[in-house]
Amino acid sequence: MGQIEWAMWANEQALASGLILLIGGVVGVAGQFRDWEFAAYGVAAGVFVILLEYPRGKRRKGTTMERPGQWFLAAVVKLFGPLTRNYYVRAILHACLAVPGGFILPTVLGTVNLGIASLIYLLAAFRKEEWRPIQAAQTQKGHVGKSIHQPPTNPPPRPPAEHRRKQMDDGRTGAIEVTATP
Amino acid sequence: MLGSALAWSRASAMCLNFNCLLILLPVSRNLISLLRGSCNYCRSNIRKQLDKNIRFHQIVAYMIILHTVIHVIAHLFNIERYHASYSPVAKDLLIRLSSIGKNSSENYLNPIRTYDTNPVKELLSSAAGVTGIIITVAFVLMVTSSTWVIVKSFYEVFWFTHHLFIIFFIGLIIHGSGRIVRGQTRQSLQEHNVTYCKDHYEEWGDIPECPLPQFAGNEPVTWKWVLGPVFLYICERLIRYYRSLQKVVITKVIVHPSRVLELQMKKQGFKMKAGQYIFLHCPSISRYEWHPFTLTSASEEDHFSIHMRAMGDWTSALYEACGAHLRGFREAWKMPRVAVDGPFGTACIDVFYYEVSVLIATGIGVTPFASVLKSIWYKYNQPATTMKVERVYFYWICRDTHSFEWFADLLQSLEVQLMERGRSRFLSYHIFLTAWDEYQATHIALHYEENKDVITGLKQKTFYGRPDWNKEFKRIADDHPGANIGVFFCGPNDLSHVLHTMCNLYSSANPQGVQFHYNKENM
Repeated sequence: MGQIEWAMWANEQALASGLILLIGGVVGVAGQFRDWEFAAYGVAAGVFVILLEYPRGKRRKGTTMERPGQWFLAAVVKLFGPLTRNYYVRAILHACLAVPGGFILPTVLGTVNLGIASLIYLLAAFRKEEWRPIQAAQTQKGHVGKSIHQPPTNPPPRPPAEHRRKQMDDGRTGAIEVTATP
Repeated sequence: MLGSALAWSRASAMCLNFNCLLILLPVSRNLISLLRGSCNYCRSNIRKQLDKNIRFHQIVAYMIILHTVIHVIAHLFNIERYHASYSPVAKDLLIRLSSIGKNSSENYLNPIRTYDTNPVKELLSSAAGVTGIIITVAFVLMVTSSTWVIVKSFYEVFWFTHHLFIIFFIGLIIHGSGRIVRGQTRQSLQEHNVTYCKDHYEEWGDIPECPLPQFAGNEPVTWKWVLGPVFLYICERLIRYYRSLQKVVITKVIVHPSRVLELQMKKQGFKMKAGQYIFLHCPSISRYEWHPFTLTSASEEDHFSIHMRAMGDWTSALYEACGAHLRGFREAWKMPRVAVDGPFGTACIDVFYYEVSVLIATGIGVTPFASVLKSIWYKYNQPATTMKVERVYFYWICRDTHSFEWFADLLQSLEVQLMERGRSRFLSYHIFLTAWDEYQATHIALHYEENKDVITGLKQKTFYGRPDWNKEFKRIADDHPGANIGVFFCGPNDLSHVLHTMCNLYSSANPQGVQFHYNKENM
């Protein structure tokens, strides 16, 4: 399993746990269960985890699919720099957030799932993975050689386009040989 | 005591039973093959529904998610209300009901026996509670590792985590064994007049209308629902294990550019049709993984072959195990032992039954058509077989032919052979490269007048950009008036819709005129 980026799975698991914690908290508060204050905490913690985990980080290899509308949250998460970039911090954060949910029943599921997400993040951190924001589509690298749309710089008679390009980049061998006929 | 929450939890439990029954069936692929084989007389459209088995599995999983949420929330309310029935502010009927059974433990109604506890402790002390938590957590893990990102990129995580379903089903069957949900027994209901007695709860046991009510726990029923599919699935895994023991010989390994490996294999009793796929297993690389590959050989050949691109962990390991990264000859006994399960999938044999067939593929969707084209070629060369198809149009749209050079080679050899027979009009193919830049464009423009195409080396020129389907369909319709034309497509859904629309548009209103029949093939 050498190529697996655990952070991808940890991210999905943490997002789901945040949602479960939120739903459990809502149930506890709405039903006015005993000790419903813990449920209110569950709502707040759940929302926080969802906001933190929604922007998907950039994968090391290949293109990353963004979640719809994540650019805004990604900008906010990027602001915190090393706190959000480092997965050890995230693992400990999730572990701490999970603990108070274990005291009342509606949030117990959220606790267990967030705990598991924290463990997977710990594994990701051991493997030196990091959260990086997905950049906007990179601008295309300039072509090797000028585009044919640009007007020529030398007066006629001019050799054909390939020859001009060959003259520009001397180190590179062209794919085809064209004899220049003025 | 519980209000409507009991009804919600019982109803969702029943739905969960049914859905858990259904979810195992679509993944028993040998069972599905059996079903498909037995309904050979049905139209292929019906058989093709069986190809959507994974989609069905996913939809049932979504329903399980929904019902689990309802079930868990309802039980949260149940436990809370059971507990609250002891509290000083509870209604007296509830306290009376809860206090039944202090003396003899079989007759209590409220599973929480005292007030001096909290719901979490109660949950963890009951079989239903503990199994409930375990299976829900297992289920959440299965769902989060099955998202599109993880399945596409980290298949092994998905595969191994999904095996938590074993824990899921065991826990599910045990879940009801504690008989924690209790109700009044039928006999007691006959003796105990409920409507009258609920207002006279202080007199239970003293007056003749209201003898003390008897309660008993509900029987667990889940095992009745899931036993059948679990048994079928165990059979399925046993079949796969048996298949993994059958001998498969790799007869030839061909290394193509861009890390594509062609494996030609032989197995006793293996019969395939064009367009099917197999699962490949290599115990020396991974003991439990089976990976799907479309078959690229024709059924008339004496071997079967797959083309595999070395991209992930498993495929790269197989690439190296076959010695593809080394140069030189490799003895047959050095080849890794492999096992094959299959073939699965609906064959696209309908290609042979139309007078004119139009095959359209995008990118990797070309793989099943390799098998189809080879099959057409073999059938064409045997004068004995009568093949209805007289003309084949092949459209291939891809970003670039990188990693598909092997297919370009196949087309080239077909082109050469057809020209030798003087039948070059039988197959006409059009390749469209959609990823091109200006440098390539100038290169191509310079060599436009030459005989062979510069990129593929084929006689028929490669086109750049996307095809104008209106023009293509109009041309085909004009060339073959009055014919039944089959259009076969393998690729993404949006193009599928476009093509389907085109087929409908260019089929003439006159039933004797040209008719386009659209078929979408699976990969």
